[in-house]
Formats: sequence, C-alpha cells, structure tokens
Amino acid sequence: MADNGIGTRTVRKEDQRFLTGKGNYLDDINRPGQAYAYFVRSPYANAKINGVDTSAAAAAPGVVAVLTGQEMAADGIGPLICGWMISSKDGSPMNAPAHPALAVDKVNYVGDHVAIVVADTYNQAKDAAELVEVDYDELPSVTDTAGAAAAGAPQIHADIPGNICYDWELGDKAVVDEAFSKAHHVTSLDMINNRLIPNAMEPRAAVAEYDPGTEDMTLYTTSQNPHVCRLIMSAFLQVAPEHKLRVIAPDVGGGFGSKIFVYAEETATLWASRRVNRPIKWVAERSESFLSDAHGRDHVTHAEMAMDENGKFIAMRVSTIANLGAYLSTFASAVPTYLYATLLAGQYTTPVIYAEVKGVYTNTSPVDAYRGAGRPEATYVVERLVENAAREMGLDPAEIRRRNFIPNDAFPYETPVVHTYDCGDYPKALEEALKLADYDGLAARKADAQSRGKLRGVGLSAYIEACGIAPSAAVGALGGGVGLWEAAQIRFNPTGNVTVLAGTHSHGQGHATTFAQVVADKLGVPYENVEVVEGDTDKGPFGMGTYGSRSIAVGGSAIMKAADKIIEKGKKIAAHALEAAEEDIEFSGGNFSVAGTDKAMNIGEVAFAAYVPHNYPEGLEPGLDETAFYDPLNFSFPSGVHIAEVEVDPDTGVVDIIKYSAVDDFGNVINPMIVEGQVHGGIAQGVGQALLEGCVYDDDSGQLVTGSYMDYAMPRADDLPSIDIGMSPVPSPLNPLGVKGAGEAGAIASPAAVINAVTDAIGADIDMPATPLKVWQTLNSAKAAAE
Amino acid sequence: MPTVSMSVNGKQYSGEVEARTLLSQFIRDQLGLTGTHIGCDTSQCGACVVHVDGRSVKSCTTLALQADGADVTTIEGLAKDGQLHPMQEAFRENHGLQCGFCTPGMVMSAVDLVNNNPNPSEETIRENLDGNICRCTGYHNIVKAVKAGAQGMGG
Repeated sequence: MADNGIGTRTVRKEDQRFLTGKGNYLDDINRPGQAYAYFVRSPYANAKINGVDTSAAAAAPGVVAVLTGQEMAADGIGPLICGWMISSKDGSPMNAPAHPALAVDKVNYVGDHVAIVVADTYNQAKDAAELVEVDYDELPSVTDTAGAAAAGAPQIHADIPGNICYDWELGDKAVVDEAFSKAHHVTSLDMINNRLIPNAMEPRAAVAEYDPGTEDMTLYTTSQNPHVCRLIMSAFLQVAPEHKLRVIAPDVGGGFGSKIFVYAEETATLWASRRVNRPIKWVAERSESFLSDAHGRDHVTHAEMAMDENGKFIAMRVSTIANLGAYLSTFASAVPTYLYATLLAGQYTTPVIYAEVKGVYTNTSPVDAYRGAGRPEATYVVERLVENAAREMGLDPAEIRRRNFIPNDAFPYETPVVHTYDCGDYPKALEEALKLADYDGLAARKADAQSRGKLRGVGLSAYIEACGIAPSAAVGALGGGVGLWEAAQIRFNPTGNVTVLAGTHSHGQGHATTFAQVVADKLGVPYENVEVVEGDTDKGPFGMGTYGSRSIAVGGSAIMKAADKIIEKGKKIAAHALEAAEEDIEFSGGNFSVAGTDKAMNIGEVAFAAYVPHNYPEGLEPGLDETAFYDPLNFSFPSGVHIAEVEVDPDTGVVDIIKYSAVDDFGNVINPMIVEGQVHGGIAQGVGQALLEGCVYDDDSGQLVTGSYMDYAMPRADDLPSIDIGMSPVPSPLNPLGVKGAGEAGAIASPAAVINAVTDAIGADIDMPATPLKVWQTLNSAKAAAE
Repeated sequence: MPTVSMSVNGKQYSGEVEARTLLSQFIRDQLGLTGTHIGCDTSQCGACVVHVDGRSVKSCTTLALQADGADVTTIEGLAKDGQLHPMQEAFRENHGLQCGFCTPGMVMSAVDLVNNNPNPSEETIRENLDGNICRCTGYHNIVKAVKAGAQGMGG
C-alpha cells in the first residue's frame, strides 16, 4: 500500500487553507463594481398581493433597482421546477403548483420572495427594502402536517384541491391485509418525524456577473451540484443559455442536502445582474436561511408490523402524511416516496409490505432532501416498530433482529419494495456492535443507575440505506427527470503530475484528499502530484454533483474508469517505446514493464512521450487525458447497527447519552479518518433530531417560531458524547472500488437508536425531539395513569 | 464618518466606518481578511471569533469602534513564519474540521480556552466550546484536536 493510498488515514490537502483563513467561500468573493441584493419577503404565511409599490425604495440612497415578480415574469424567467414526477394511486400525475422565483399575486409562506432590492452597499439595499410597500390581503393559513388535507383547511393553491400533491402507494394492499389477518401479533405505532432545518454553517449566497461584451454570465453559488444548477437555470428558468452560463461553486461551508436545490435567490440575483449590468452579491443572513432554506423530514406516520408466534415478521403496513411545504422544491416529490418507502424492508425478510404516502402542501418553507433524505424516516419507522415488537413479544431486541435478518446466503436479495440488495452481513455487524456496546453488562448498569435514582435504557438501530444514486434507467423508470451517472477526467500534464476534474462537489467530504488517494494508488503517481478540481462548469466534464452519499460509489467509479483508460493508452505508448507487443506490457506501481524482462518506463515518462510524441505509435492520438462517464449498475446498500445507551434523570427529564456505539458496513474505505468523521457528524445530526431540534410554526399565524439559534436548538459540544466506531466491511461487488458510501449513515441510524433507548429508559413511547420537558411530562403522565 | 484605528495581526490599520459597522465587517470588508466568518446574526455560532487584546470575542457582536486602539488577532495572524500554530496543527492531524467554515472561530476559541486553562479535561473542552457551533464533525474530533492542541501549546 502506498503511503497515501487507498485505506490510509491521510490528513487532508484542503485543511491548510481552511485552517489559515484562506478558504474561498461565497462571501469571500467580490467582483469589481459589485452591487448588493436584499430580498423583500412575505411577513404572512398566506396572503394575496394586491400591489407592490417600489417607488420610495427606488428613490432611496444608493438604490440601483427594485425588481418584482411582475418584471421577472415579463422577462420570461422561471418558474422554479421540481424534477421528479410522482403519480398517485389512481395514476394521475402529482399536482405541482406554479413556483415563481418572485411572487406575482400571492405569497404562500413566511419568507416567500416578493422583490429584490439592488443597491451600492448591503446596508443601502437592506434599508431600502424596508421602503417597499406591499399591499397584502392576509388569508388563513395551515402549517400542520396532519391537518393540511383535512376538510375545511385553508386552500393554498387555487388549482390544487385539498392541498394534496399526491396520494401515492407502493405494494399490494390486499396481499398485505391478508397477511395481517393471519398474524399472531401486530405491533402498531404512531410516529412523528420532526421537521428539521438543515443549518449548514455557511449561509446560502450568490454572486452574479454579466459580461456585456461576450454576453457571458457567471454565477458563483453555494451549490452541491453546479452543473445541475446551470442546467436548470438554462433549460427551465431561461436565465441564460447553457453555453453562455458558467456556474462556480467554490469552497462551500456544508450542504447536507440544502444546497442541492435551485432557489429563488440565486435565480433572481443572476437575472438582476444582467438587467442592471453590474455584478451583484447576495448573502443570506441566518434568519433568511431559517426562513427559506429547504427544510427536512416532517412526516406523520402510522405503522404496523405483523408477526407469527416466533416473532418472525410476516407483513408490514405504513401510512404516512409528508409535508412538502408551500411549493415543490427541486427533488421534493421523490424524498417521501422512492427514497423512503423503498427502504421499509430494512435488513429484514419481511415478505410483503404496503406503504401509502400522502404528500401535502402547507404554508411553510418547501421541504426537500436533508442528510439521509427519506432513509432516516424509513429507518425510524422500521427500527422503532421492531424494538417495540420485541418488547411486546417478550424477546430481546437483538434476538428479534437475528430471527428476521436477511441471511448472508440470500444475496443478491430482492425486497418487496423495489430494491435488490447486493451484499451484506447483518448478523456479524450486530454481534460486533453488541460487543462494542458491552450489551452483556447492561443489566448491571441498569441496576446501578436505578440505585442512583436514574433510568437507564438502551436502544438498537439496524439501518439500511440506498446510496450511490443511481442507475439512470432506474431513476427514469421511477419518474426522475435526470440521469444519475457521474463523470471524471484524469489529465496527465506533460511534466507528469495529474489534474483530476470531477463532476462531484466537496463541501466538507474531503474529495481533494480521497480522490487523490484513489488516483495515486491506482496510477502509482505520488499523492502530492495529484490535484482534484471540482465545482466549476467551465472546468471538467458535466457531472451530477454530490448528495445521497454518491461521490465515491459513482464519482469514484468514474475516476477508476478514467484511470483504466489512461493505463490502456499508456500500454500502447510504452509498448512502442520499449519495442514490445502491447499484450506483453504490464502495469503496476506506476510502471509499464515488459513481462519477464527488466525493460520498463514509468507513467511520468509515458505522459511526457504522449505530449512530445517524437517516437510514438502510428495513428495514436497524442496526449494523456481521459474522461469517463460511469452509470452505476445498482444503488449501493450501506448498513450497520448503532446502539445508544442513555440515562434519564426522572426529576428533570434530561436525557444524557452515556455511550454511543456504531458498527457500519461501508464496503471498502478509502480514508478511515474521513469516514469516521462523516459518521460522527451524521450521528450528531441524528442525535440533534432525536433530542434537541424541531422546527416549529405557530398554528394560528403561520410564523416560524424557531427562526434563530436562540430558538432552534443546534447540538453543541456538550450535548454530545464521544462515539465508539467499528467497521464491518463487506465490499460491494458492483463497483470497481467495492465502496458503498458513508455520508448519511449516522443521521439515518441514530434517531431510532436514541429514541429506542429513551423509551426503554422511561417505559413509554415518545416523539422526537425528546426534550427534557417532553420526557418529564411523559414520565409524569405515565405515573399519573398508573396511580 | 468616524475613524477607527487598530492593530490587526501586528499591522496598524485605520479607516472610516459607519457607527453601525461591526468589527467583523471591518475586518472582512475593509481589511480584506476573510478568514473571519459570519455564520449567524444573533451571536450564537462563533464563526467570527477573534482575539481582542488577548481575549476571544465574537466580532459580529462588537462594533468596529469598540475595538479602537485595540490589538486584534484573526485566524490569519495565528500561524507564524509559515508554521501553523500548535492548535491549527492539532486540528489538521485530528481531522477536527470538515467544511472548514466554523473552523477559524473554533480554533480562535480553542486557543483562548487553552490560554486560560492549559490542560483542559474533555468535559471542560465541551463546556467551553458551547459558544461555537459546528454542523459537520459532531465535535468528536474537535475535542480530540483541542486536547492535542493544548499539549502542543505546552499544557
């Protein structure tokens, strides 16, 4: 293994600049002559716009322009799109409302965009925004997920009756109902998957620039997928033709899904920069991020598991209402359907499953993918049901899982809900996790806690996820409007060092390091001589970007494929130079050698020969620069078992996570240090969901109550425990690196593990977030009921 | 407009500011030192932490005029002669950063923490970092990094 090759804990290339304040985030970018944008937003959750008077604002000091939805519509810009078609049970297509980037005659949530004010300074733009007079008729609003489609709920979009986007199903209801009728025992549970606000630490931002000479436009934006952003801006929003638009996503300070989407602000900023013929910068204040970043989760679910007398799962039935917000964000429709219900088999052999999902509109910020996107919701449903089922059947929670795991010899395993799992060893991960968590010593620890007046509980979560999205044909068959391959280019420079251009984007994942490790290892070039370039549509091939833990499984595979092409061409060049037959050339450790001889040349020499082709194979193109597009054969299926152990103080309701143990199967791991970091971060977000975080809208006014860090509880260092991590890899047979993806696992597994531990401790069900108040109330109402 | 003067990373600066200009805005917009980040507008996230006269402050909650005459250190001033400060080195070695956005504030807070408490326990580190939010790391490796950084600083 090379010093910095695959599997090594190589420290990151990008850290030097981040640690010395030399990162290049969006707000660090300034263009000559730049003006500043500030958005006028709706103060109402649901209101008709009678008119917008911009005259006072336009006359304010420094103001360059005040532009509204009327002007945007007149220029033919927009509306924003959702790229995934979902059909209802009756075959009808989903009801998607018009989504203008700037509202024209109606606003549908607090924070909805009404006008863009452009001025010489940020303060001038912000001050002038106060002077825009909007004549609203406020209407009754609905923000509640369960109540959105209820009779008498306020109507949000005139053309969408009952606020229902779709009423979707997966599976055969009759078959599942029949299985339930034969059940020995049925465990049922009502659950709320709480609404979350992503909160990447860098707020969303954009700098847009128009060059009147070339008519080129450049958009710097906080994006996880700049090529997709450009495509949408061009093909659907008509802001600029694709070949005249350059989208640059520089260093981006976290995404977690929230920066996948094309939003109103960057659309309006880009459009306005051309109108006023000046570069414009927009940077969200955190309050704006709370209001208008796409939120996550927000499900209300009733679920049932049917079992035989041995605790073997015979059928599962799930009914979910998913809050989609006021409009459909870019991939919103797919998250509570194909990214959710298709994971309801979990790690188990449950033979028949039926799921129905009603997607509803509310007067809230749009809801879309947030770390895990559908899969945390699925794991939460499955793993809470399984844990409760064990308790009701009098089985150890580990034992009920053992009895239902998909056995190792059953792979590839086709579940009743679309997916075919490639590989896994679920029993092994469970046993390793139980050992890591000292499960055998639990009874003693519970007794000790009891002696101190505390309640100790343990919770398991055996999760599965589908990563590496995905075979393009499969995505298309399920309604997706895009292909989800990935692209990479490996360019040997004449001096022998290497530029890797990838269609993915790193916003914390460390691609500059891990992709360089892969290339260094595969091509035998020094790690230091490999530079990874991402995030600029003018550099490198079109790619689909980074989300869904796809970068190594799909992007890494594209890099491997490009490397294979480099080796193939290198063999031709080496064979000619070494006067040997091409089939006799072997490549290893960066050297092309003639089998059975000591004749060899290294890949740097081959690269030089390719660019200075004086002695070169006839008919072969000069240069050593190969691009590969990789369309995956299947999703990948990381899995694992997480175990949380908590202690609850019955006097205060405070939950303390004493120990958290995670054993994961990510297949092969390129850089264990980085992968562990991903797991830590995911677990923190899941613990945040389980114990702290919850987005709250006021029922009456529709105002966002949790609109700042003073009201929305972000996990801090002292809210979290140290985390014990183990790896239990089963390499995927379906991609060249044998990888599966690791970015979301922690956030998928942990909410169920923590809540199962809390319910074990307090002996009652509870919804997330299990705040001290809620835990205390649950304990005391259970006590009152018992008395 | 009033004039403000201060030493930043050992260099003397002065400039005209609006009375409402925050220290963070002055550092970023007028001095071009963009390592100090703005992550919130309520003084919660800590991405903007700098040292003023040797103590950590949130520069988004300090008016530029309040720092008149002060000695300010930003993340750009921590490394000396091309050598990372021991706390910066510890963050790199322990993977204490991912997206890097909270990192400047986190490192500046950590240095101040160790200046006041040369050998902090894990509990002390976790409690003292509650003014800095990180969304990426789950703090696990940040805590490790601060411990290692404390050792590197001679604690």
